[in-house]
Amino acid sequence: MIRRHPQIDGQGRLRHLLSIDGLPKAMIERVLDTASAFLDVSDRTVKKLPLLRGRSVFNLFFENSTRTRTTFEIAAQRLSADVFNLNISASSASKGESLLDTIDNLAAMNADLFVVRHAQSGAPFLIAQHLDQLGKDVHVINAGDGRHEHPTQALLDAYTIRHFKKNFTGLRIALVGDILHSRVARSNIHALTTLGVPDVRAVGPATLLPGGLESMGVRVFHDMREGLRDVDVVIMLRLQNERMRGALLPSAQEYFKHYGLTPEKLAYAAPDAIVMHPGPMNRGVEIDSAVADGPQAVILSQVTFGIAVRMAVLGMIAA
Amino acid sequence: MNTPTRDPDDTLGAVDADRAYVHLLDQLRTVLADEGRSPILVGVHSGGAWLAERLHADLCLSSPLGYLSSAFHRDDYGSRGLPTNIKPTVLPFDVEGADLIVVDDVLFTGRTARATLNELFDHGRPARVELAVLADRGGRELPISARFVGASVLLGGTHQLVLSQDTQGHFSFRVESGPR
Repeated sequence: MIRRHPQIDGQGRLRHLLSIDGLPKAMIERVLDTASAFLDVSDRTVKKLPLLRGRSVFNLFFENSTRTRTTFEIAAQRLSADVFNLNISASSASKGESLLDTIDNLAAMNADLFVVRHAQSGAPFLIAQHLDQLGKDVHVINAGDGRHEHPTQALLDAYTIRHFKKNFTGLRIALVGDILHSRVARSNIHALTTLGVPDVRAVGPATLLPGGLESMGVRVFHDMREGLRDVDVVIMLRLQNERMRGALLPSAQEYFKHYGLTPEKLAYAAPDAIVMHPGPMNRGVEIDSAVADGPQAVILSQVTFGIAVRMAVLGMIAA
Repeated sequence: MNTPTRDPDDTLGAVDADRAYVHLLDQLRTVLADEGRSPILVGVHSGGAWLAERLHADLCLSSPLGYLSSAFHRDDYGSRGLPTNIKPTVLPFDVEGADLIVVDDVLFTGRTARATLNELFDHGRPARVELAVLADRGGRELPISARFVGASVLLGGTHQLVLSQDTQGHFSFRVESGPR
């Protein structure tokens, strides 16, 4: 028996958004198309749509976040939802309450949608499964779980790439840096290969690249200049010091020397290559300020597009 | 003009779309000349957009052409969700104080017209909004009426009147069965 992925319902509609892995190409494209229709809402006289009026969106961040939580909050408010931000790490969990007890309590407050960030991989999946088993009509969006996935970041990255490069076929895209600890990289690899990007590359030191990348359709490079040669898109990743255990790197300075994106290294990419970063950036560690603030950087566009993409996901899920 | 004429060939519940178009164009030409107006046409995606483009050309209007989506204000979002392939609202003019004619292919329950009015008012407060449709098929569920109507036809609630446009720009209607 083929088990249905819990994020897709019996009618093929998006019920939860837990991972890019398992999301059909047509569904990813539908999110991107829907997001483009939401993009101009910020320019209207009335910057609000009524789709989620009367719905309650709970932002459950068991791990710190500013950008993701804020853009989810703006997206939900633009759709007229009531938004509740819970900093769980500072409340119930620290008093010993279990994850699912916390969820049961919040569901009893008539939540319609949970946006969940958690340090443990699979936590949003567990929550969605638990709610489905209880028969609760509550939706779950994964806003980043451990090293596993960050699906809305991958969707907004795909939106940004499509905006600047028009389509995915024929592109060369390099993900550079700490791929081992990066849920953004994992989601991006799934999204880009599903969307038909023929050349997806992972560039970084062997200590920060996980095994099995080739089986995901990714070419691995340890030399940054080789990895960046002729690419159309460079996605830089943050060095995730908070997730590192053991001596994976000699020093931040040494890392910058080999894998920091400088104008000199960027010159190996195509002349019209765009530079992306999910933020927060460590200037002088993975990216040089001359590149971060330069004409090829589209990092702030990613933030703007992130609101439209999250509106699209919320609008598609909450119906 | 407020009382639409019944298409004489309307025996099977369909209308001759090109004849309805000519009738609609004549009404608009007469009224705009009589009232000395040069309004902005705004087509409702998708059929209304085709119709607005053809009217805009045939009326030789110099004003810009706008497009409206009803997707974000539909009252059936809770049961049907967001439609696929949402075409964006494009209003390349200042809605505030504008004289507008919203153009759609079919007027039925009035719910799409209500949604497009809400969409329009998210962009400003027009001075006047009128409605022009190629076919009024009755069955209104909201207090909405069109000033300009190409043809009227009575269709059962389980049927849909669907507009097509061929490569030469000619219109045709077909009747489809199934829930709306």
